[in-house]
Amino acid sequence: MEQKIQDHAILADKFNKDIPRVDWHDKTLWFIREKRDKAAWQIAEWEELREAASQVKNNVLDNLHDYLLEFEKQAQQNGVTVHWAANAEEHNRIVHAIIKEHGVTDIVKSKSMLTEECHLNEYLQQQGITVVDTDLGERIVQLAGEPPSHIVLPCIHWKKEEIGELFHQHLGTPKGNADPQFLTAAAREHLRQRFMTSRVAITGVNFAVAETGEVVVCTNEGNADLGVQLAEVHIACMGIEKIIPQRKHLGIFLRLLARSATGQPVTTYSSHFRKPRPGQTMHIVLVDNGRSERLQQESFRNALKCIRCGACMNTCPVYRRSGGHSYHYAIAGPIGSILAPGLDMKKHADLPFASTLCGSCSNVCPVKINIHEQLYEWRQVLVKSGHVSPVKKAGISGMAAVLSRPGIYKVSGAVGRWFMKYIPALVNNKLNPWYKQREMPAVPKQSFNEWYRQNRKQNGKQS
Amino acid sequence: MESRAKILQALSKKFTDHPAPLPDVKAFPPTAGDPVDKFEFILRGIGGRTVRVSSYTEIDEYIAKEYTSGARIISLVKEVAGSAITPDIDPHTFENVDLVVLQPHFGVAENGAAWITSDRMGDRALPFISQHIALVITTDSILHTMHEAYEQIGNADHPFGTFIAGPSKTADIEQSLVLGAHGPKSMTVFLLSR
Amino acid sequence: MKVALFVPCYVDQFYPQVAIATLELLEKLGVDVTYPESQTCCGQPMANSGFEHLTHGCNDNFVNNFSGYDYIVCPSGSCTLHVKDHLHATNETAAAGIRKRVYELTEFLTDVLKVENLTSHFQHKVGLHQSCHGQRGLKISQMSELVSAPFSKTEKLLHMVKGLELIKLSRTDECCGFGGTFCVAEEAVSVKMGIDRVADHVTHGANYITGNDMSCLMHLEGILRRQQSPVKVIHIAEILNAAE
Ligand code: SF4
Repeated sequence: MEQKIQDHAILADKFNKDIPRVDWHDKTLWFIREKRDKAAWQIAEWEELREAASQVKNNVLDNLHDYLLEFEKQAQQNGVTVHWAANAEEHNRIVHAIIKEHGVTDIVKSKSMLTEECHLNEYLQQQGITVVDTDLGERIVQLAGEPPSHIVLPCIHWKKEEIGELFHQHLGTPKGNADPQFLTAAAREHLRQRFMTSRVAITGVNFAVAETGEVVVCTNEGNADLGVQLAEVHIACMGIEKIIPQRKHLGIFLRLLARSATGQPVTTYSSHFRKPRPGQTMHIVLVDNGRSERLQQESFRNALKCIRCGACMNTCPVYRRSGGHSYHYAIAGPIGSILAPGLDMKKHADLPFASTLCGSCSNVCPVKINIHEQLYEWRQVLVKSGHVSPVKKAGISGMAAVLSRPGIYKVSGAVGRWFMKYIPALVNNKLNPWYKQREMPAVPKQSFNEWYRQNRKQNGKQS
Repeated sequence: MESRAKILQALSKKFTDHPAPLPDVKAFPPTAGDPVDKFEFILRGIGGRTVRVSSYTEIDEYIAKEYTSGARIISLVKEVAGSAITPDIDPHTFENVDLVVLQPHFGVAENGAAWITSDRMGDRALPFISQHIALVITTDSILHTMHEAYEQIGNADHPFGTFIAGPSKTADIEQSLVLGAHGPKSMTVFLLSR
Repeated sequence: MKVALFVPCYVDQFYPQVAIATLELLEKLGVDVTYPESQTCCGQPMANSGFEHLTHGCNDNFVNNFSGYDYIVCPSGSCTLHVKDHLHATNETAAAGIRKRVYELTEFLTDVLKVENLTSHFQHKVGLHQSCHGQRGLKISQMSELVSAPFSKTEKLLHMVKGLELIKLSRTDECCGFGGTFCVAEEAVSVKMGIDRVADHVTHGANYITGNDMSCLMHLEGILRRQQSPVKVIHIAEILNAAE
């Protein structure tokens, strides 16, 4: 890996230039983690629910072919047009074609991580289509010309004063007004006009039920529903892994999703779209974009169980202190770090290393993805595929050589306390990154090994 | 159709001969305690209002007190006063509706949600476009958990259905909760005991 | 019962007193302890950096040193976990045996020796840093993410120490940011995490921060000393062995 200029460590370092802001970001997300804990503790069978959710998703991954066919059949019987897209590009083309067919230039879109993954907005923009993101948080980052920094809380990195200023510039709200109530009301007015005039609405999909062909969309704001119910065309975009077998399984997931995400008992709206409203057309776009390939990778396939609740981000001590944008991928945090390298190893080779492997992510995950173990596995894969800096490679090889030879180990230890010599040398940095903000451990007179030889072997004990 | 074949082809490769079994959803027990109390407690916690009533007249009286005579109120509950809607009306015309009164199938105690389907909405846009929403739920229809909810829904073929839990809300600005994001600014649930 | 003492490389080099305390403590409890002298490291620094494929030599050396014991005891949750999860060697049967018989010190005390009393004395306010690999990996204590009954093998032992006052923390099990090479590769975040962890202990009145892993404590110590704080770090073996 040639050192990219803007890898996670560098972006995180920038983020940490403003410590009060880091503290604020950390506390805000920790607060959500605590709300999640409280909500989880309300459910005595929480861990059993996670296990059940995990089992359903495992079953789906093992039978995806059949479930997709069943889903397609049901959806078609419901009067829905089903499209298949092999990759992001095809997805974007399909969506554009539908919009064009209806001769529309302005559309509304509710939250969909899949369309972020596919960069749909940019694509449509290039085709002369104006997309308005209707989720408040997404609208804020859209006005600011940024991607979301969190999959559930897109503008969690924005302060209300900054949003006040943004709205002043774009929506003409009075300068200096940063009251969330007021700003939300202003956004409501602004977006109502869009809802009232948009003839095409795009939504994401939280769950798609094979048995019934219906798709379930969860929001708090009601923006997905308002968009769809006032439009002539509903386009629902989903990754193929969003399928669940039967309707009754929704009970498991709807119990887990909002509690894990924000600590709410359920989202305000959990809408089941089965058939288009009279006079409306409904399309579902099924997107692969690397998923079928990942399904064949033993170590990484179960990352496809993800229900995009964001809990792993809220709990991640690194995410909280580096911000979503430091991950330079549509999905940030722990789950993003195991998904992104699957799409482009070279571009995202830094992400699996942006973790201490503390394991908190795997523990909060409602579908029990072994996120931290996959981070470890990705490291092995990345290094083996050559996505590693020469400096690091040389450092580790040297270390491995010393550690496999006890004789050399003892000598190098006695001479230089090799540990501190090797570890900092792993990064290409003239300043010792340990010492920058930390003292080095004091070097003792003798190592334990030396002590043992003096004190125990003399006492007649043999090793 | 080329991509369809390609994707299905890629997926047809069996990863395992022993696909993971599906769990037993019935294994999850109902929550403890009185579901009506719990429903009320949870719904209030997420910004909803609840009013216990024993007759439709009480609902009328309550609404008459809360709304001025000029308010545009649509009621899909025949026992509750309010204008009806004509079929095939353009949903955009509901933009100035102040209150819509609907009768869901049931409420769910564990999360304060109510299940309502398109046949009870008048128009699918109404629960979302109205400035305020009121629901009439009979106390004996409140279920414990979402598992019971889906058992109740069963295989019913509703073109559209939704769980609604409280007023539309957002906390996107610095996590401060604001009621009335895009949809109704308030939700009142009349808990009707008979 | 024949027990081998496995001393992590950085403990050997920087914190010999931790290994000494571990040895003395086990001896006090009547255990026949041997320190295989040709041991070096468990290979974790390489493996966690993505170089598990370069650990063969190191692993073979580990297996040569630690075969033939009833138990292998280590004063580090992280190194123990690594051996348990990732030790593979030319002699795979021997490696498998070691993976089963390796214990972190506190779990060895509570689960194998079933220690109920200690004679140690430590008259200080102590904050417990739960290192992630011991806690979440070896399940040494309940984890704040899980809805399950509380327990802590480490705290159980600390409660046996006379005079010791265990302080409460705001975040009971947040990672300190050490993370092996993470501590230098992601210097900014690592240090920020460490500073926050230290602050939690300090504001709750700790005089000492203890834990099962000297690597985390080394990182926290580096921060405390840079802050010129009077608060010290101390490995749990040193407390359990203290006769102050
Ligand atoms: S990986 Fe798990 S915790 Fe993270 S977003 Fe996905 S479902 Fe939620």
